[in-house]
Amino acid sequence: MISDDLIEVPLYEIAHGRTGDKGDRLNVSIIPFDDSGYDAIAEQATEARMLDMFRHRGATEVRRYDLPKLKAFNFVIENVLQGGVNNSLNLDGHGKTLSFHALTMTVRVTPAVLAAAEQAHGD
Amino acid sequence: MHIGNAAGFSVDRMDVGGPVADALIGSGQPAALFYETLAERTLAIAQRERRRDPKKGYTPDLAGFVGPVLKRSVSSGIPIIGNFGAANPMGAARRLHELAKELGIEGLRVAVVDGDDLREDIRGLRTEQWGNEKPLDLANTEILAANVYLGAQPIADALDLDPHIVVTGRVTDSALALGPLMQHFGWAAGDWDKLAAGVLAGHLLECGSQITGGYHADPGRKDVLGLANVGFPIAEVEADGSIVVTKPAGTGGVVNTRTVKEQILYELDDPTHYLTPDATLDISNVQVEQVGPDRVRVTGARGRAAPETLKVTISADGGWLGEGEISYAGPNAMARAKLAAQIMRERVNYLDLDCDLRTDLIGTVSIHDGDTGELTASFDGEPREVRMRAAANAHDEATAALVAREVESLYCDGPAGGGGVRRSTTWRVKTGSVLIPRSDVKPRVTLVTEDDL
Repeated sequence: MISDDLIEVPLYEIAHGRTGDKGDRLNVSIIPFDDSGYDAIAEQATEARMLDMFRHRGATEVRRYDLPKLKAFNFVIENVLQGGVNNSLNLDGHGKTLSFHALTMTVRVTPAVLAAAEQAHGD
Repeated sequence: MHIGNAAGFSVDRMDVGGPVADALIGSGQPAALFYETLAERTLAIAQRERRRDPKKGYTPDLAGFVGPVLKRSVSSGIPIIGNFGAANPMGAARRLHELAKELGIEGLRVAVVDGDDLREDIRGLRTEQWGNEKPLDLANTEILAANVYLGAQPIADALDLDPHIVVTGRVTDSALALGPLMQHFGWAAGDWDKLAAGVLAGHLLECGSQITGGYHADPGRKDVLGLANVGFPIAEVEADGSIVVTKPAGTGGVVNTRTVKEQILYELDDPTHYLTPDATLDISNVQVEQVGPDRVRVTGARGRAAPETLKVTISADGGWLGEGEISYAGPNAMARAKLAAQIMRERVNYLDLDCDLRTDLIGTVSIHDGDTGELTASFDGEPREVRMRAAANAHDEATAALVAREVESLYCDGPAGGGGVRRSTTWRVKTGSVLIPRSDVKPRVTLVTEDDL
């Protein structure tokens, strides 16, 4: 019996994303490789968990916007860029590298969801 | 109508316009080609250039961008639109006429859109706070630049003058695509869904290759072939506002539903309220569909009325950034790099320097870390090499430069085997935004021909 046991994986295994910045605010898109990954992300990648992912950088608030038609999520993270491009001492004042930090959040998924995502990798 | 893009930022490649122009010409459709080269802080730097030399203050690579396509664009009647005027759109128009002369092009017509520069006026205007952003304290600050984001209407008006090139200063990025669509299809205020579709087309194109495979490749996950020759995007827009995103044949990169979804959400806040001077775009109903190789259809943009206020971005002096880096490699590299960082912190205290210091251990987890180094402290790997970086914000150039210099001193005065120092001192610009009533903004359109010079 391996069928329905959930597997814990980083979001990176089932989704991709991109960041953009406006001042000290970052947005991160999280997009499942296969539409079947949408529900697991909707249930588990909460605003509170995303805030935890960026607390070490001083983030104060996360808003998640769900786009069920597009099958994607938009996370908006406040005060995470340590002053942003104007003032940050971080090499990456725009936060361009941070999508790959967000994608390290773990989620538990069914083997079918994971297999569908892996099938879509590299297409 | 086909809208092509040939630059998504000021340091974009300068050889990408040719294939886009050729594809637009080859399509036989009404078309326009646009360049987006103006970042938020660019105008302060451009204003400084203009003060040093009144002829300057436009995008420094103007001729590099436009030169390769100007002849074919003029002969085919496909207008070029660009915000490369920056702090001096008239100066850019003059430079474009010089360029035409160098290329043997006669009768060039350049339309200039300005009225965005409010540096002289901003203190006298009624302003409102922008979102929850803390406004800059303007009372004790020299304003380096203040520019309102103009919309697409003045670009459409400029195109009515039948120019070869439209040069603007600050306009909202999507207006560079929406302007020609409004002019061609006759869309006007009230056609909110169509205007919103045009805003979406502009949003999809405004970052150039970011929708054709740039800022996307992740080997084994999201493979993209041919990024060295990545094709820049073209949107085929119908009168009803439906969009197909594609790229020129024979170029590298890819247009698929993943590249398009990533770019739809790029720099977005609330997806139901994407505010522009031309319409409020709601993308919550947008869907994407692969309809052919490197062809993605985007449908479902909805629009509402544009806001009554326009955004003004104000730039002021932001002090100085000093940075230095030094590498340690081989056995115990991590410990030696950590020691170098500790020495830097001690030196800043010892010299009593008035600055904010951050140190990084590049090769661990530094770029995702905060200024307190929490992630780096818990890093337990043993990298083969680590690059120590020190960065400091200071009010004055001398302090910033001294911190950077202190990193180079580590060659002799720091841990064993430190090499490869690079250091720099950079002027910083800080920006803040406010809102002003639309009625206080007076866009201006001027045709500049050879006779006007």
